[in-house]
Amino acid sequence: MKLTTSLLGATALCAMAATAAQAVELEVTHWWTSGGEANAVSKLADAWNATGNTWVDGAIAGGGDTARPIMISRILGGDPMDAFQFNHGRQAEELIEAGLLLDLTDVAEAQGWKDLVNPSSLLDACTYEGRIYCAPINIHSWQWMWLNNKVYTDLGLAVPTNWQEFVDTADEVRAAGKVPLAMGGQPWQQAGAFTVMSVALAGQDIYLAVNRDKDEAVAAGPEYAAVFEAAAQAREFAQGSNVQDWNQATNMVITGAAGAQIMGDWAQGEFALANMTAGTDYSCLPGLGVNQVLDAGGDAFYFPKQDDPEIEAAQKELAALLLAPETQVAFNAAKGSLPVRGDVDLGTVNDCTKKGLDLLAAGNVLPAGTTLLSPDTNQQVNDLMTEFWTTDMSAADAQARYADIIANAD
Amino acid sequence: MAATEHAPVAAAPGAAPARRPSRLFRNISAKIASIPMVMIALVIFVGCTLWTVLYSFTKSGMLPRLQFVGLDQYDRLWSTAKWWVSIQNLAIYGVLSMILTMVLGFFLATLLDRKVRGEDVFRTIFLYPFALSFIVTGLAWQWILNPEHGIQGVVRSMGWESFAFDPLNNRDIVIYGILIAGIWQGTGLVMCIMLAGLRGIDEDIWKAARVDGIATWKTYTHVIIPMMRPVFVTTLVLVASGIIKLYDLVVAQTGGGPGGASEVPAKYVYDSMFGAQNLGQGFAASAMMLLTVVIILIPWAYLEFGGKKRG
Repeated sequence: MKLTTSLLGATALCAMAATAAQAVELEVTHWWTSGGEANAVSKLADAWNATGNTWVDGAIAGGGDTARPIMISRILGGDPMDAFQFNHGRQAEELIEAGLLLDLTDVAEAQGWKDLVNPSSLLDACTYEGRIYCAPINIHSWQWMWLNNKVYTDLGLAVPTNWQEFVDTADEVRAAGKVPLAMGGQPWQQAGAFTVMSVALAGQDIYLAVNRDKDEAVAAGPEYAAVFEAAAQAREFAQGSNVQDWNQATNMVITGAAGAQIMGDWAQGEFALANMTAGTDYSCLPGLGVNQVLDAGGDAFYFPKQDDPEIEAAQKELAALLLAPETQVAFNAAKGSLPVRGDVDLGTVNDCTKKGLDLLAAGNVLPAGTTLLSPDTNQQVNDLMTEFWTTDMSAADAQARYADIIANAD
Repeated sequence: MAATEHAPVAAAPGAAPARRPSRLFRNISAKIASIPMVMIALVIFVGCTLWTVLYSFTKSGMLPRLQFVGLDQYDRLWSTAKWWVSIQNLAIYGVLSMILTMVLGFFLATLLDRKVRGEDVFRTIFLYPFALSFIVTGLAWQWILNPEHGIQGVVRSMGWESFAFDPLNNRDIVIYGILIAGIWQGTGLVMCIMLAGLRGIDEDIWKAARVDGIATWKTYTHVIIPMMRPVFVTTLVLVASGIIKLYDLVVAQTGGGPGGASEVPAKYVYDSMFGAQNLGQGFAASAMMLLTVVIILIPWAYLEFGGKKRG
């Protein structure tokens, strides 16, 4: 009897151990902490938990600039998490070169990512010596201007459909006591608006010549001089904003305290929460209505190397899951971003998302700033832009310093 | 001493003379106890500082890399507008913070020293801000100096419509907004140390001064303060160390200020190393901070300790 009981007990333990061995806990860190973002992340967690494994969430508040140093120190310190989120581009470049991240090329080949992921710059950004090290998960673009229709119709004006019309009506909006262009006080917003204007007003090729080819002669040239002049005008229009966060500036547009804002497509979440309808209550101008190109920024997941083969297998499983059609639909619909694969249908989407999807399908995409410029150069540009925006630095001075930064960019 | 030395010799006349216990092994337990501290001082303070200075001559990105580029990082550092703004801000903050905390601290200590009723209560109130971290201080003062909900808003709602007090949104005076928060936080500690120093002054000195008919304020400036020199030096060192590492107050209160107007060197180092993933720049900036401290420290150390050797 005793022998039977102990044998039964041992078998039960073995069975439990066997099932426990298959269910892996993966710790995932990211900086998606706003309401909409947390909702989107929960879709990923649900999908992972449904496979029988466990998603251990490691959200870090404070945005990318706060979260990235924390994640990097953990990886360098020898206690890496199992997966982490960065933006597309060069933020993880040195980690890849140091051999600290997991090679996902076999997953990419098995799942056919090279054919599915559009645009291909998303995979190219994390390809090093022919091997792929990330799982891109969404596409966010900066090139949007959001307008409050009522502000313009109340003044008897037509809602602007491009940058020039916006500039022409700005004085009347200002005379009505409203801020023509809402702008938050954080450097990344000011630099982002400048990038949007440079793509729209100087054109794609000039933008790439400066940001991809680091051509300082073009950066000091007449096309960019026009962009800096327009930025100086925008600075005029943004006087009186007095807010810090991007969503506070979006709120100014929502409440009608401001006419417009240059912000990425993540602003749509705020309009949705305020129950405003695209086209009726608010308008969106991709590429400022001038040059309808979107930059393909967004987020990707990277996986630090762990010494445990079981965890590595789970990491690869997670990577494949992140690009699976159902996950892409659920996540991107909640986040307001565009899916990385062209073969999924997000369901009913509003006017503006449709515009974005169409531009994406047509291939009107550019690599994002984070893909082309190193974090060091990005920070220098941010510093310059924030100084330009809060002083009365002349457009010529700002252009000279910008050309300098590009000349020294790596 | 001599008896113990000769005793072993006398006890064993045929044997070799016994060796004196080496000075190294005297007080051995104390020396062993101080080994961890010595190791930390050597390895971390001296060793890591030298490592940082060495790597400031390299082109290190996110990870340290032995790719020497000479003085390139320093070149870039001194041609970066953000660094110049940082140094200016630290200079203004440093000088004013030092002077004002010492003066205010000493003044409050003299007031408390008059054997007032409720001295304990006052001392607690003045020392309380020191118990707050700089993050809390920065956040609290950001709210207090907020134009809509802080001081400006309150005074305006009381009737003075045109009252304006919005330092944190004004590029030129934002550093003074940070100074207010810093002084508020640090004066309490200076006050307590000065109070202890004042209490250490013998009662007889006061009586003698009174008998001689010296005015009270003159007693303070000509008699008391010179006697409290060690206390002043201590507070000077404490306040100075707090000034040079000013970082979290700036981050919490202004996040670098309107358009980078309230940058400070420590924040420049952190942003370069972790934000821009450019360790080389960060190391160069911190080497410059070290140089500043050394330039001030060495003449002072010579004055303090060098004189004695000559005497």
